[in-house]
Amino acid sequence: MGNVIGIGASPKRKEDQRFLTGRGNYVSDIKRPGMTAGVFVRSPHGHAILRGVDKSAALASPGVIAVLTGDDVKTDGLGSLPCGWGISDAKGVPMKEPPFPMLAQGKVRFVGDMVAFVIADTPEQANAAAELLTVDYEVLPSVVGVLEAVRPGAPQLFDDVPNNICCDWELGDKAAVETAFRKAAHVAKLSLVNNRLIGNPMEPRAAIAEYEPGTDRFTLWTTSQFPHVVRFLMGALVLNIPQHKLRVVAPDVGGGFGVKQFHYGEEAVITWAAKRVMRPIKWVASRSEGYVSDRHGRDHVTEAELALDETGKFLAFRVNTLANMGGYLSTFGPNIPTNLYGPLLGGVYTTPAIYCNVKVVFTNTVPVDAYRGAGRPEATFVLERIVDVAASEMGIDRVEIRRRNMIPKEAYPYQTPVLVQYDSGDPMGCLDGALIAADVKNFGIRKAASASKGKFRGLGYSTYVEACGLAPSRFAGRLGARGGLYESATVRVHPTGQVTVMIGTHNHGQGHETTFAQIVSEKLGVSFENVDIVFGDTDRVQFGMGTYGSRSLVVGGAALSKATDKVVAKGKKIAAHLLEASEVDIQFEAGNFSVAGTDRIKSFEEIAGAAYVPHNYPLEVLEPGLEEQAYYDPVNFTYPGGCHIAEVEVDPETGTVTLVNYTAVDDVGTVINPMIVEGQLHGGIVQGVGQALFESAVYDEGSGQLLSGSLMDYCMPRADHMPMMKVATHSTLCTHTPMGVKGCGEVGTIGSPAAVINAVVDALSHLGVTHVDMPATPNRIWRLLQNASLPVAAE
Amino acid sequence: MTVQISFTLNDRPTTVDVEPATLVAELLREQLNLTGTHIGCDTSQCGACVVHLDGLPVKSCTLLAPALDGATLLTIEGLRSEPGSNRMHPMQEAFREHHGLQCGFCTPGMLMTAVALATEKPTLTEADVRHGLEGNICRCTGYQNIVVSVMAGAAAMNAAKGE
Ligand code: FES
Ligand code: FES
Repeated sequence: MGNVIGIGASPKRKEDQRFLTGRGNYVSDIKRPGMTAGVFVRSPHGHAILRGVDKSAALASPGVIAVLTGDDVKTDGLGSLPCGWGISDAKGVPMKEPPFPMLAQGKVRFVGDMVAFVIADTPEQANAAAELLTVDYEVLPSVVGVLEAVRPGAPQLFDDVPNNICCDWELGDKAAVETAFRKAAHVAKLSLVNNRLIGNPMEPRAAIAEYEPGTDRFTLWTTSQFPHVVRFLMGALVLNIPQHKLRVVAPDVGGGFGVKQFHYGEEAVITWAAKRVMRPIKWVASRSEGYVSDRHGRDHVTEAELALDETGKFLAFRVNTLANMGGYLSTFGPNIPTNLYGPLLGGVYTTPAIYCNVKVVFTNTVPVDAYRGAGRPEATFVLERIVDVAASEMGIDRVEIRRRNMIPKEAYPYQTPVLVQYDSGDPMGCLDGALIAADVKNFGIRKAASASKGKFRGLGYSTYVEACGLAPSRFAGRLGARGGLYESATVRVHPTGQVTVMIGTHNHGQGHETTFAQIVSEKLGVSFENVDIVFGDTDRVQFGMGTYGSRSLVVGGAALSKATDKVVAKGKKIAAHLLEASEVDIQFEAGNFSVAGTDRIKSFEEIAGAAYVPHNYPLEVLEPGLEEQAYYDPVNFTYPGGCHIAEVEVDPETGTVTLVNYTAVDDVGTVINPMIVEGQLHGGIVQGVGQALFESAVYDEGSGQLLSGSLMDYCMPRADHMPMMKVATHSTLCTHTPMGVKGCGEVGTIGSPAAVINAVVDALSHLGVTHVDMPATPNRIWRLLQNASLPVAAE
Repeated sequence: MTVQISFTLNDRPTTVDVEPATLVAELLREQLNLTGTHIGCDTSQCGACVVHLDGLPVKSCTLLAPALDGATLLTIEGLRSEPGSNRMHPMQEAFREHHGLQCGFCTPGMLMTAVALATEKPTLTEADVRHGLEGNICRCTGYQNIVVSVMAGAAAMNAAKGE
């Protein structure tokens, strides 16, 4: 036995030693013998006909090995990048799905679209040669906003996609909603924009590809959240490489947030090119290159209406959204504003009728896909903003209106009118906890203190529910998923009792090496130090769907738990033989197998040893070895939820919004490692605060240029933007995951934007302000205050 | 055309031939295989590349290698409790203790900035730390545990000095 560290403890992280000493192993740190450098030449235009590429000068440039274009892709007969979800409209008509070539063919559709790949001995030579490439463009007008894109006469991206509409998707009972609206005592209306975001993991994307002619095998090292899915999509659907000839490795990855969970054209191009030039190739994106090629997030324009009775009870909710897909469909693209958005519009409320229409629209912008929270923050923002609008219009306190409509704890499991059924939750408990932690009682005193300094103080609430761990496969399949949504884990017990776990999720900051080791330590009674977690390499791990949507612990942890159960079951068989007892009499506790009611006992190490040195072993009925694998396909989503309260101070002189207090009480189910969960909540909250106050990807309509194209123009939250946050968990257990876990990676990002904007609106409500679009930058607030044309001094 | 430069790198005398346009971050990563210094941007905004030049924090992505001639350079690989020791620096210990890192990509730069902050000012307030980390971006942690770590690390450095 030894140092068992189980569920609920906060051991220091196993992964930290290497990161703290500069010994991490990120893709850009890797070197291969004979390695060359690759550079992508990208479109400078938002929309243009690609007339041709003249390679001659580039090819003659020093050190250049090859220049590849869309024509070469065509000649080699390669596929285009697949979309992982095929959604349909209400009549069952499938979405329009134009091909997404790995290098542009015939047309470019966004600034950053890849036109050519230049390979040279050094990065400097590749860059110099890229400058010499002559690309003949016939520039067309660009359309970047969704409202503009669906207007008659707008530039059309694809000949066979009229009005740029990929799919006209809907959910809910339209007629029931209309009936309820007719009976309503009050209807609150709100138009809002959910701003386009850029993920900005601190490690830029990178890839290295190598082909070994001796074994006819390819290896791709890539900054990916799901290497097995990349192998599957790229090998089977794009490059026609048999799966067993392709190894995909995602080593240490410096943050993902969704941005690294797609199969990117760069990965396919570099792998294909490595065989053509017969040398390893490395490509590392610059941050600015990431801005025009990493998939963006959010970008909705929404009209929402909430019908209420005279007591403030919600009768029906109607939402019409235009969702921007950018120039092509990315891996999960069409799934985000539909399946991950519509079903969450019920929130934590008992609204009996909901209808949602989403027009999924192509524009000349970087493709939009999942970004931390993906669909759920958008749903929460619409709902929690309109609840505030309704409260203020009807003169009901904002907390009171929420209470009147919340699903009571006893009502779970709760079936919503929009597909999903929540298994457990306690929104009221989270709200009560947050009100106390945020010291809402004394807010008036703090507001008066601000006023005495000429500042406006506001308080904002956001309650929310999210859906984690996309599930189950057959349900997702009906919604349009083209892959499974299970996870796999293998528990390999070595002859001396140490354990190596091979798991299909990917660790890029979430602390899997620690959390998963805790699960094994607790379940097998082995020392925490004696458990290692292996991930991110398709040659070492059987299969896996990777890490996104807060699924790692929920789905991957469940697979791991199942695999450890199988190890124990086999261990019992071995123990029964060694202890000459019946299998049913063997119990396993604290790392020991014993015969119930006796002192006959065998340690976990002894059982492991007997499995691999089977001298006294029933080989006729039992195989040697102690290694078990499990796949787990979840029975339902899990539904974390919670309440966030933001407190802001607005300086009317400058328009600056300062976040002064932030409180979150989140229900994430069982907490395995409180330290890690708290860290995830902190990070998630700041990512949402970033959206609310600072971040926005801005395009120029017409030219399609990305105006916020570097860290100079895109404002990332920094340490001095934040106060110390108060976060706590209020956990109800998930009723269907093995350990009761719900997921915690995205809750912060889902709860925070609405809380912050509700606080900003509250601070300015005395000036007649009823809504502020994100981000609430000083410029936007200052203009609003000027337009309010009221004396700027506080009362 | 290359130039030869000599400097002290993590307590070791080092002489290399470099192209004059080479950035220090590139020299470290590509020529000297010290990949702990990370590159997170191309506009000197992120701070992933911070190292100490003659005891002061600098962004190594904006410094040309020839400027190192005759200087003393400390990178994350050389950060130790004391020269020659195998033990981690108190600031590294504090980051581990207080969960001041997640993906680890910003961490080397954060640590180098943090050590410089704590060296410059013996007692750091929360506001000092937040302000001092202005040039270092972290996308994962929300900064809260980094701030706690830096304050704890600074206190430990002070205590060690007092011994
Ligand atoms: S890489 Fe030096 S500041 Fe970003
Ligand atoms: S720990 Fe990931 S960027 Fe800071």
